Amino acid sequence: MEKTINITLKVWRQAGPKAKGGFETYQLDNISTDSSFLEMLDVLNEKLVSERKEPVVFDHDCREGICGMCSLYINGHPHGPDSAITTCQLHMRKFKNGDTITVEPWRSNAFPVIKDLMVDRRAYDKIMQAGGFVSVNTGGVPDANAIPIPKKDADEAMDAASCIGCGACAAACKNGSAMLFVAAKVSQLALLPQGKVEAARRVKAMLGKMDELGFGNCTNTGACAAECPKSVSLSNIARLNREYICAKFKD
Amino acid sequence: MAKKEQEIAETVKAVAEAAVKKVAGKVADVLKGDDEKIDAKIPAGPLAEKWTNYKAHQKLVNPANKRRLDVIVVGTGLAGASAAASLAEMGFNVLSFCIQDSPRRAHSIAAQGGINAAKNYQNDGDSVYRLFYDTIKGGDYRAREANVYRLAEVSNNIIDQCVAQGVPFAREYGGLLDNRSFGGAQVSRTFYAKGQTGQQLLLGAYSALSRQIGKGKVKMYSRYEMLDIVVIEGRARVIIARNLVTGRIERFFAHAVVVGSGGYGNTFFLSTNAMASNGSAAMQMYRKGAYFANPCYAQIHPTCIPKHGDFQSKLTLMSESLRNDGRIWVPKKLEDAKALQEGRLKGRDIPEEDRDYYLERRYPAFGNLVPRDVASRAAKERCDAGFGVNSTGLAVFLDFSEAIQRLGKDVVAAKYGNLFQMYEKIVDENPYEDPMMIFPAIHYTMGGIWVDYELQTSVKGLFCIGEANFSDHGANRLGASALMQGLADGYFVLPYTIQNYLADQISVPRMSTDLPEFAEAENAVKAKIDKIMAIQGNRSVDSIHRELGLVMWEYVGMGRTKAGLETAIEKLAEIRKEFWSNVFVPGDKDDLNVELEKALRLADFIEIGDLMARDALQREESCGGHFREEYQTPEGEALRQDDKFSFVSCWKYMGEGVAPKMLKEPLDYEFTERKTRNYKN
Repeated sequence: MEKTINITLKVWRQAGPKAKGGFETYQLDNISTDSSFLEMLDVLNEKLVSERKEPVVFDHDCREGICGMCSLYINGHPHGPDSAITTCQLHMRKFKNGDTITVEPWRSNAFPVIKDLMVDRRAYDKIMQAGGFVSVNTGGVPDANAIPIPKKDADEAMDAASCIGCGACAAACKNGSAMLFVAAKVSQLALLPQGKVEAARRVKAMLGKMDELGFGNCTNTGACAAECPKSVSLSNIARLNREYICAKFKD
Repeated sequence: MAKKEQEIAETVKAVAEAAVKKVAGKVADVLKGDDEKIDAKIPAGPLAEKWTNYKAHQKLVNPANKRRLDVIVVGTGLAGASAAASLAEMGFNVLSFCIQDSPRRAHSIAAQGGINAAKNYQNDGDSVYRLFYDTIKGGDYRAREANVYRLAEVSNNIIDQCVAQGVPFAREYGGLLDNRSFGGAQVSRTFYAKGQTGQQLLLGAYSALSRQIGKGKVKMYSRYEMLDIVVIEGRARVIIARNLVTGRIERFFAHAVVVGSGGYGNTFFLSTNAMASNGSAAMQMYRKGAYFANPCYAQIHPTCIPKHGDFQSKLTLMSESLRNDGRIWVPKKLEDAKALQEGRLKGRDIPEEDRDYYLERRYPAFGNLVPRDVASRAAKERCDAGFGVNSTGLAVFLDFSEAIQRLGKDVVAAKYGNLFQMYEKIVDENPYEDPMMIFPAIHYTMGGIWVDYELQTSVKGLFCIGEANFSDHGANRLGASALMQGLADGYFVLPYTIQNYLADQISVPRMSTDLPEFAEAENAVKAKIDKIMAIQGNRSVDSIHRELGLVMWEYVGMGRTKAGLETAIEKLAEIRKEFWSNVFVPGDKDDLNVELEKALRLADFIEIGDLMARDALQREESCGGHFREEYQTPEGEALRQDDKFSFVSCWKYMGEGVAPKMLKEPLDYEFTERKTRNYKN
């Protein structure tokens, strides 16, 4: 049966990219433990609007854990305390009555704050534009079954490809590195014959762009994989490094 | 002198004649407007040759001219992203717009189950014709034959294309592609990538789009929302869009505008759509003269997680693929149902002989894999009869215990693990032990902007693709066909057909966006925003939207009646009044303002709700997702009225506050015989 809890929220509010931000404290009573974290924020926003105040801005869209739009640092963890889920899949049953919950935007220089909890993640798109694709045009491709691919490779490529581009990896990393994000795409395409043709060029271009955009370097602390809502494995970074070294040897 | 008088007389006569001619022309135009003929531009010839013939004879644009032509593509879902990428690859300059922070977020990403294609890799008797036939039958014979056949024809190209891009479809141990079954088909033709097929296909299209952005052939505008389309001399030329970060209103010119903005399921507030999915782009097209076709055809998906509280913001879908191995049931005995509703029993406590596998019982030939509309209505029928299995009485079981016994837990986990995890996170119950609880929810809209065979709307130069158009699914869409249609439109249909239009535009120079018509349109948009900001009432946008959703679900949902629909139209008028007099939007219009974005969308949802109710009211038959309770067989199946309603209803905007006019595009079935859909034997 439905249970409710009372909570205190400390939410980062920032009027704009250049404005000085700070924490605001809000008290919320009778929050259903069956509601999701974002539904709890909806309740907060309804309350703020009813008090004729500006609601808290946060990114969200599909609310089923796949679009990668939601973010939020909750009590010091990207996507909150539960594992292998996004913020929109986090439910209030994970919190206790009387808890104080701190909510911040992604912490990363490469993701500047736009307003409140909303950040600019276009840097990830730029990395993809640098090489996160197979260069084929529409039409003129062979039959889908022309190239058999071992099931193991296809499954591994799928696991890497499950990255949703949310930015939690870079936000979790003490160096602000985007290595896990880059590794996921490089691995997916390196594991498949379709991607092998351009593998060397791709890994250099994507890593080059990552450095250029101000992301940090990888020191194998593993925070990225621990916080990844899709459990993208750290072994992808090992594969990325291997791909990079091979590409450099070819130069 | 006489000569001069004669000259004057002749001049007067000429002027008068010209005036008469002009008036006569106008009268003729008006008369023509009264019985406007709808031309779907279906190519002649046998069904299987229409598309080939079209492509062989259409106009093309040469490479040098392509560089001089600009195309705007609104939306970056499967249809929009694939169209933008393909057009840019061909050499056109593309301007791409999305409301999210990145084109990779569009809601196509949430599609779980798969994508259909007529590859016949499983050697189970599939063919282009069979995919065409299943789709047209699944749509309850309310789609165009030529469009659906083309869709089935290009389905195979889509799979080839996606594999070439590196989409990691599921494979068998021999390395070849795996398939599974979906509702409404007796073959296995669905390709899939775990339970994340939409994500992988969208990321494929996104990668193609990213490649073109990197090359500078696509200019990407993320966090932009189109607010109007400007039509000059009958052609779409400019869009007015709001930069959602700064609040600035901007204008963009193109030689053609393509809209792939998705469906309008969020009219119901609670749906499986993303929070920002909306119907405003469709309404902007409609108000500029594009017909809105079959608005009442909305799909209610049978397998969603049931509603659990008033705070709820959306409903979550559980993929139809689950019906491959899951069995749907409710108790046979009312007292068992009552015990389940009161929480005294669990699903697993009810013995096998007391379970009613009602889909298997009613539809032996298709069993749990009947199409969505049939499965949804059957669930509603059982729940209405009191057999619902959760505290609200609005849920049925989807049970995997038999599959786990037959295949083992590991195999079930490998196939559906991510869906089971998703269920457990939301409901806090383990579906490996207790059967899942599911209930129908609004999922997809088959209706949408009317387009001809070329995917062009009734406004020249304005094209509409993907879920936003009405074209291929008739009154009901089969599972795994939305991804197919989105990518068919974007990769393989629009990039061809749009050239037939653009070939005539090569001499049109890029227009300045400073023209007075554009400024006027921008001012109208600004005036609308000012009007909403100035209301300063007492209701939040969401509170009014929830109210709209309740009215829609109650009266325009799964079971519709004449009286109910008339009530809906009255109630919608009250909601419209409430919105325009009592909504409160805080903040500044010249800044990032989420409440303002939502308010603008809600204003359009109210009008879409009205169109849906009007369309459902006029359609006095039951077909596909549209079920009028007055029209059903004694067994409770949908009863079509082919003699009266075998047409596409095309709604034409007649001005603000004026009732829209309905035109009809007759649906002639040349190649298939219309039958009563039978999934029983």
